[in-house]
Amino acid sequence: MKKLSRRGFLKLCAGSAAAVSLSQALLPELAKAAPASGKPAVIWMQGAGCTGCSVSLLNSDQPEIKEILTEIIDLKFHPNVSAAAGDLAMKVIDDTRDAGGFYLVVEGAVPTKDGGIYCTVGERDGKEVVFQDRVKELAKKAAAIIAIGTCASYGGVAAAKPNPTGSKSVEAVLKEAGIKTPVVNIPGCPIHPDWFVGTLAHILLFDEIPEVDKIGRPKIFYGKCVHDNCPRRQYFDSSDFAKNFSDPGCLLEIGCKGPLAHCDSFDRLWNSGVNWCIKSGAPCLGCTEKDFPDCATPFYERMPGVNLPGVTARADAVGGVLGVAVAAGIGAHLVGSIAKGRTGKKDEGGDE
Amino acid sequence: MQKVIVDPVTRIEGHLKIEVEVDGGKVISAKSSGTLFRGIELILQGHDPRDAQELVQRICGVCPLGHATASAFALDDAFGIEPPDNGRILRNLILGSNYIQSDILHFYHLAALDYVKGPDTILPLAPRYEGDYRLPDDVNAAAVEHYLLALEMRKKAHEMLALFGGRAPTPRSIVPGGVTEVVDTEKILNFKYRLAELIDFIDNIYLPDVLAVADVYKDWFDIGRGCKNLLSYGTFPQKEGRFIKEGTYIDGKDGPFDPEQITEDVKHSWYKDNIDKSPKEAVVSPEHGKADAYSWLKSPRYNGKVLEVGPLARMWVDKDTKIRALGEKAFSVMGRHAARAFEIQKVAHAMNDWVMELKPGEPTCTPHELPKNAEGVGTVDAVRGALGHWIKIEAGRVSKYNCVVPTTWNAGPRDDKGQPGPIEQALVGTPVNDVNNPIELVRIVRSFDPCIGCAVHVITPNRNVGAFRVY
Repeated sequence: MKKLSRRGFLKLCAGSAAAVSLSQALLPELAKAAPASGKPAVIWMQGAGCTGCSVSLLNSDQPEIKEILTEIIDLKFHPNVSAAAGDLAMKVIDDTRDAGGFYLVVEGAVPTKDGGIYCTVGERDGKEVVFQDRVKELAKKAAAIIAIGTCASYGGVAAAKPNPTGSKSVEAVLKEAGIKTPVVNIPGCPIHPDWFVGTLAHILLFDEIPEVDKIGRPKIFYGKCVHDNCPRRQYFDSSDFAKNFSDPGCLLEIGCKGPLAHCDSFDRLWNSGVNWCIKSGAPCLGCTEKDFPDCATPFYERMPGVNLPGVTARADAVGGVLGVAVAAGIGAHLVGSIAKGRTGKKDEGGDE
Repeated sequence: MQKVIVDPVTRIEGHLKIEVEVDGGKVISAKSSGTLFRGIELILQGHDPRDAQELVQRICGVCPLGHATASAFALDDAFGIEPPDNGRILRNLILGSNYIQSDILHFYHLAALDYVKGPDTILPLAPRYEGDYRLPDDVNAAAVEHYLLALEMRKKAHEMLALFGGRAPTPRSIVPGGVTEVVDTEKILNFKYRLAELIDFIDNIYLPDVLAVADVYKDWFDIGRGCKNLLSYGTFPQKEGRFIKEGTYIDGKDGPFDPEQITEDVKHSWYKDNIDKSPKEAVVSPEHGKADAYSWLKSPRYNGKVLEVGPLARMWVDKDTKIRALGEKAFSVMGRHAARAFEIQKVAHAMNDWVMELKPGEPTCTPHELPKNAEGVGTVDAVRGALGHWIKIEAGRVSKYNCVVPTTWNAGPRDDKGQPGPIEQALVGTPVNDVNNPIELVRIVRSFDPCIGCAVHVITPNRNVGAFRVY
């Protein structure tokens, strides 16, 4: 059978939950792509995080998480699901590391202050294993690293001011240590399961990291601005603003960060398509952005710098700290560059 | 004498280490250590008080609902507002959905593998501790099938949660004054449809599975007693009082709940010693390596007593007849699993009534004004137990925020008087058959359903947070 093309893959990922779920569409392709040597090994480590991204991944839509676990990957270790504990768990991780060629998933930021003692992940020879050391040791041997969630991607809540534990992103810690294993960031607080499953699928199918934006996010999922695609956009254009929680209208005045946020929740929806943030009347938090939560608080006050209706709000005109791309035109650009085989490289030049 | 260390303890939320001394085949002393510190409450200082609502949910991704609810209660209290009926009911339905999700996840995916021998083809079920897996083959085979079915069921519970919560696991719609989502008939039907399926699963699969395991592992009704003192803040506010009542059970006597009795000790925690013990005032600063300290968790106490929290505490304090009928045996590993299952059945059936009390088109949220200076307290039983949030607002910003969470009560270290915490007490006296496969220890720990992300989140002082710092 013909292998899925990159263009076909992209089309699949762009499909909304209402039509056909991402993992359902990808499953047979992934089964075909599985190497003869068996399912790819995955080690999942948690640092300064809250487990929310793991729990969210459990909500992966039909077919369920069980197919991912039984048919797609060989999950060697996960702190919440592994049957093994203690020494037994440490050994599984060590053996997988020594075999090499595995994929490392990191959830949570990496505390670095005071030698990183704010997070330890086991004991070896009577000494605590510090999370930052464990990450570096595993990263060196990994085929690729997926930083899952905003904490692992950019520091997130753990690194919010005043950053009590000196928490950093996985990418920053590895860069300082001179470790060059490729890292892809899947931000979100928490992640949508499809963002992770789709990225993993791309890596497994094409043996490379999908095309990313300036802050290391796959453009397939993070290429669009929430505000430009908001179902409440008509309220903004007609200056109809909600004043109190649960009011109809544009949520800008009660804190919506849609103009600076990039994701595809407005199409994809959450929890098998039943709802998403703005549909439920909650202002967008901008939880997929680099400086979340500091760039987005106060959450329930109007963000500064958004031009009022009549002048189109541009994502690049607000929140200069973000360094994100202008949403317009990304879709077309992405399809074009992928067709030309320009995937897998970090986009240094910015987006047109 | 032999020292046994389990680190990491897996199949719980977060970073936990258990260290015990075994002599003559029995545990003679135990230490429970939380091994992650983030400082979420410190991060909250100087923020718009309403930011707490979202930021505290990042304490824990397994039970963000508990924190969202406690925070909403604390902010309602500080702002002097109350949600309309629709808002109150929606909050209960959202929290209840997470109760269902969390209990299913806990039994099948976190705890069951200590009793059920899974097919080792389904990773990561292997490897694991050797032990006395003694379910009959047919019961075992059914349980393995249910492990997979339960993955689907807990996902449905999250869909139900998201219908009114916006998304799950981390909901968006809970705010001071009520809920941002509105009520219509379609949402009610969608909710009821999923709830019916979950009630069927709870009544006909989950509860029977728990009882089947309990029947085969009867001896575990006598293991892991713990402190036998209990605390519940109660949960699910009704028009009058709470659906599950608040109260205490101390030294064999039922008593009322008085929040003023709560204090926090840090002698054996990696924090500087000189702190105000009241949760209203508590501010600590980290000091890793402090002599005698071995955990990032504090030790909450009630009138100086060690108290266990969680479903067992709630059902016992609420005088649930099935749990009280167990007598002494309720205070045990199996007692905790049974209490969790009985409770979720009760809650799920009640939710079926609550959802019909919703009034489409009527308000779900009471508007608020931000006060310049105020204090608030929010207490609620999250699924894992008694959860309290204390907020102080000065000049319109958070000057202090403190959370005393279920797992700190249960998994905290020794207090200033040297009294071990509930999990530590539950471990002492346990026979350990094989120190290389200490399955007995993890069975006890997991019966408490610990959540370490929640338990370690304290404030540190000695930091300049501008004009809002108050010590």
